[in-house]
Amino acid sequence: MDEPIWLKFIVAFVIMNVLLVGMAYMTYFERKVLAAFQDRMGPTRTGPKGLLQPLADGAKLLGKEDLIPGSADKWVFFFAPLVVFVTAITSVAVIPFGTSFDVAGQTINMTIADLNIGALFVLAISSVGVYGIILGAWASSNRYSLLGGLRAAAQVVSYEIILGLSLVGIFILTGSLNLGDIVAEQSRTLSIGPFEISNWFILSQPLAFVLFLIAAVAETNRAPFDLPEAETELVSGFHTEYSAFRFSFYFLGEYIAMIVMSLFASTLFLGGTDGPGSDSHVLLGILWLLLKTILFLFFYVWLRATLPRFRYDQLMGIAWKVLLPLVLLNIVVTAAVRLAVNS
Amino acid sequence: MMTTSETTPSVADFPADYPSTGSLSISEDRTLDDGSHLITLNMGPQHPSTHGVLRVILKLDGEVIVDCDPVIGYLHRGVEKLGESHRYAQVVPWTDRTDYVAAPLNNLGCVMAFEKLCDLRAPERAEYWRVIMAELSRIASHLVWLGTHALDIGALSMSLYCFRERELILDIFEAFCGARLTTNMMEIGGFSRPIPPALPGMIRDFLKIFPERMKEYAGLLDANPIWLARTKGVGVITQEAALSYSLTGACLRGSGINYDIRKAMPYLVYDRLDFEVPLGTYGDVFDRYLVRMEEMRQTIKIITQALDHVEKMDTPLMAYESAYVIPPHKGTMTTAEDMQRHFVWVIKGFSPPVGEAYVGIEHSKGELGYYVVSDGSSLPYRFRVRSPDFVNLGVLPHLAQGAMLADVVALIGTIDIVLGSVDR
Repeated sequence: MDEPIWLKFIVAFVIMNVLLVGMAYMTYFERKVLAAFQDRMGPTRTGPKGLLQPLADGAKLLGKEDLIPGSADKWVFFFAPLVVFVTAITSVAVIPFGTSFDVAGQTINMTIADLNIGALFVLAISSVGVYGIILGAWASSNRYSLLGGLRAAAQVVSYEIILGLSLVGIFILTGSLNLGDIVAEQSRTLSIGPFEISNWFILSQPLAFVLFLIAAVAETNRAPFDLPEAETELVSGFHTEYSAFRFSFYFLGEYIAMIVMSLFASTLFLGGTDGPGSDSHVLLGILWLLLKTILFLFFYVWLRATLPRFRYDQLMGIAWKVLLPLVLLNIVVTAAVRLAVNS
Repeated sequence: MMTTSETTPSVADFPADYPSTGSLSISEDRTLDDGSHLITLNMGPQHPSTHGVLRVILKLDGEVIVDCDPVIGYLHRGVEKLGESHRYAQVVPWTDRTDYVAAPLNNLGCVMAFEKLCDLRAPERAEYWRVIMAELSRIASHLVWLGTHALDIGALSMSLYCFRERELILDIFEAFCGARLTTNMMEIGGFSRPIPPALPGMIRDFLKIFPERMKEYAGLLDANPIWLARTKGVGVITQEAALSYSLTGACLRGSGINYDIRKAMPYLVYDRLDFEVPLGTYGDVFDRYLVRMEEMRQTIKIITQALDHVEKMDTPLMAYESAYVIPPHKGTMTTAEDMQRHFVWVIKGFSPPVGEAYVGIEHSKGELGYYVVSDGSSLPYRFRVRSPDFVNLGVLPHLAQGAMLADVVALIGTIDIVLGSVDR
């Protein structure tokens, strides 16, 4: 934590830009994977294998007319997409992309902000994000938007509880909320009989992993929990009235939130940067983290390609009647096991 | 480049319940007994899942529907009036444009009504081919229904899978008559063009592929917990309601009432073919889904039998002996007499005897009826289309009461409407 502030800025700048490019290519990835699921080609025309498609999309959105409904609350309408975008991109600050390494006499910490409550920070920031959706929905003065906003509020509040509580087991096992500590804990190798396995939390907390995965999909408003923007019911949900680059801020926010959630899940359950060779090579660790993240992103697209959408009441019912008891059970069992092992 | 739409009329310029016509049942703002206000949501005519230009005005208490009022007429082309101002053979292409996802079935009903008027029957071989084409068309129509219905409920990929298989059927149509969507396939008196030699092979290929693909669809949806949760117990139509709304097709059979015109009043050669009519039990969205899925399987059976039978036949395809049938194309390019006879028939048409005829056929969506009155001239005096989805759509307000907003799209999907057919 003793590196100069300018170095922090450089690291943050690099990571943010990588994330934005990653987001752009996430859309390409999604379109290609979805196309493969659906027996289609996906983008092929822009550049080799359609690789320039994200750039073309961005340029197109920049060139579109920026419409604000006459009856909209202009300041809130202007402000809301930024909330979604900024909160989504902020939470990446606490994700550890590896431990520190030395370059030209400077120690570079691969976590932008090594907070001792990193996990809590991600949860807190992602819950601020929903304000952007609610405010934007309300400011649009459109009934589809309003319904989308109402759905988002109820959905995100419910699933945040699941999301937070599913991590309590990990906190009990690690004894820390620092994401770096959580990764370090998972890097330990356990020997069970003749086998040597990593102490990844997906192995010791499988139920929490599944619950976290479900809640993360709901938290990012993705299929089959994409009710706030259910296009077959609410036209486009909360961003019906948004166009041009205002719309793309929502879009960016949603995709970055997906990437952050995937990074977060890889860090918490799949050992983060942990993998063969990651102890000696920082870059190899980053590669492992990326691979795990892509696995989660693939899972997101897979869900979208396969599952129908839940109905609002069913969504709520699942959160409160099924997931919440399960997540509480997980906490109790984890705590009991921990106590038994300690004593 | 910041502009606002202040100059154009916005939502705020209109009262919340601005009615489009004077006859809407939802017109004034309503407050429930407990003091909560209802909001009015205008779904459509431009909406992703109202299957075209259906407009549904909803009164919502939160997400629960209190009132539902479908508004139609945005795709009215006046097909019935057009039918009265064209010669008989020229009316048939207009029927393509009513239910445009099942054009051969529309053609079939129309030409059968005209043939009944002229007391004429197509040769047996043509009737078999009519059955094959009509049943292929039924599958195509059901595939569009399944794809869009699943898409409405959120199963994104189903629509692409279904359209992929529909493409095979359209290829068969194209090989048969040159057109894919608005086929104008059926002619009064049978078929005037020979069956392409490659056609039976194409159909056999499709019959081989399709049951496998059906298994894929069923695998994606039949046991999918979300699909079950979204369709089971939703949109229940009781037997009494089904009868009182005079529903037909899968909407009626989903409630367990056995009425399929192919069995009840067999036309063409359906009485010689072995197939079953699937029936539902509870009359919910899921039952109607199962009924239509099973119908597709039964249709495969029908096509297989008809094809087996017709491939061995070498009899004529057209009832040329009748005066109401277009003269043979043969010779029109070489002899002046044949060309003139043909030309005069096409220009002047034919004049059926004075009388009236009604023919109802089992369309993919229900009973499609054509009623024709002839005054002895070459134009129909009255041409009436009883379109199945127009009648079936009437049950939507009944189903939507108390349902959730998300159910509305499932309900519209389960009724299986095509707005071209509803509005005609």
